[in-house]
Amino acid sequence: MSETKSWGLLAQYENPHAIYKAAEKVRDAGYQQWDACTPFPVHGLDKAMGAPPSKLPWIVLACGLSGSALMLLFETWAMGEAYPMIVGGKPLFSLPAFVPVWYEFTVLASCVAAFLGNWILNGLPRPHHPAFASKAFERVTDDKFFILIEAADPQFDLEKTKALLNESGATLVEELEP
Amino acid sequence: MSHHEIKKPEDIVVPPSSFLAKLPMLGAILAVAGLGATLGSSFGEHKARTMFSYLFAFEAVLAIPLGALGWVLIAHTVRAGWDVVVRRQAETLVGSLPLFALLWIPIGFIGFHELYPWTHHEHIDAILAKKTWFLSTGFWYARAFVYLAAWTGLGLFIYRSSIKQDSLDEAGVEKQVHVVRKVSAGGIFLYGLTLSFAAVDWLMSLQPHWYSTIFGVYYFAASILAFFAFMILSTQALQAAGVMKQAITTEHFHDLGKLLFGYTVFWAYIAFSQFVLIWYANIPEETEFYLVRLSGGWEYLSYGLPIAHFFVPFLFLISRHIKRNRVALAAGAIWTLVLHFVDLYWLVMPNYGAHGGGHHEPHLSFTYTDFTAVLGVGGALLAVFGYLLTKNKAVAINDPRLGESLAHENY
Repeated sequence: MSETKSWGLLAQYENPHAIYKAAEKVRDAGYQQWDACTPFPVHGLDKAMGAPPSKLPWIVLACGLSGSALMLLFETWAMGEAYPMIVGGKPLFSLPAFVPVWYEFTVLASCVAAFLGNWILNGLPRPHHPAFASKAFERVTDDKFFILIEAADPQFDLEKTKALLNESGATLVEELEP
Repeated sequence: MSHHEIKKPEDIVVPPSSFLAKLPMLGAILAVAGLGATLGSSFGEHKARTMFSYLFAFEAVLAIPLGALGWVLIAHTVRAGWDVVVRRQAETLVGSLPLFALLWIPIGFIGFHELYPWTHHEHIDAILAKKTWFLSTGFWYARAFVYLAAWTGLGLFIYRSSIKQDSLDEAGVEKQVHVVRKVSAGGIFLYGLTLSFAAVDWLMSLQPHWYSTIFGVYYFAASILAFFAFMILSTQALQAAGVMKQAITTEHFHDLGKLLFGYTVFWAYIAFSQFVLIWYANIPEETEFYLVRLSGGWEYLSYGLPIAHFFVPFLFLISRHIKRNRVALAAGAIWTLVLHFVDLYWLVMPNYGAHGGGHHEPHLSFTYTDFTAVLGVGGALLAVFGYLLTKNKAVAINDPRLGESLAHENY
């Protein structure tokens, strides 16, 4: 069977409008394992693709709160237990003095979580991808728009999927090797 | 991304039968009753207490159009597009700034001596003697004139330009947009300086020994926060009155909610920055401000404000779902607006009795003029705001960026 050899299909579109319409068609056909690649953010494309809400806010919240709690604990331990020192006649546990570092570390923990979470959720770093073999795909950073449907998708059928992509207004459909 | 043609909204005038059309009359009644009761009481034996109530109400309500002015100037300067459907409300608010030049008269000409201890010769000590060049009657009046003139001028310019746009052709609008942007860019400097100095002159000099270099920013933070809370509510009121029911979407409320959330954090950041430097240095001249606010009942407000004005709205507004829910967002806005009045009360009122020969310590005790003053000054603002809002179109329908605003989406 030819399906097993193929990684999936690559379809090229000429403009944001075309890929938006095509994404709606692929979404409505019930595909799950597919993606759209564009040279610039196409607003609303995530809705056209039926992408679920990102999990990133929850990761940021969890890391921000735990970072916040850890830093307050650390400051309390460092100033009160590990190296107790009176500064400016203030008590060992001086919340106002802790706040700047406490606050900044909460921000830092949230930002690092947002950055790393973004990478992990997007499967980065990813040095190679089957689409890189395609000559046409090089223009994804220039002026062309692409939809990739993976053969691993339960809906995937080489001929039917090819027909769907052709119908959706693709100017080029290519099969990708794994 | 929308592919259908976006139509300009047609429901852009407040219908005369709606409740909003009654706002000018309601505001005027509140203004007459509230200001009458407050100013009437200022001729009695409680003159000083009454004038503190009035100053508190004046500063708390003035913050709303002043916050609007700051935001409109920034929006025009950076050519903001998303906000066109709601910006006319802010421009209407700044159009009411001339009113505050009138409402300032009781502070300058009735309560001046009662409010500001540096006007008493017997209170001038070694520290104040060095400040008399700045805190002198003539100079103080001259500065007040400059602030009020600047706000009136900028406010009327922004308001009139916006209204005039409704009757201009395309070329005229384009020319005018550039003029407004240039004036706004310069206006930001004028705005920043006048707002800071006004906060120093009218609020900080209530306690003339005390100084805080961040105080102007604190008043700005309070202003813009109060303004966004007000505009979320007025936008919802407009829609309830049947105006721009389709044109103003969840996306616009989401952005207003983000700004409300952001400035909640900004207010807390500034308030804490002011506190921590004074707490750390522990210099008597500076700690005086917090010392009077840590006794006599004021400690409840001092500890309560960070919780109620920061932690509660911060945790409440942090979620995207809250900001996109109209009822929840309105609740957040009402909460913030109420806490804004508490914040200004906490700034102004402990100074009553803090000087004046040490007859009594300042205690947290409400009196009826606190409420009548807020109703009076607030009613006056609502009357003028309501009148200007119902008289004109509720949106700048010829704005070249209206389409961008109508199609606005958050991602």
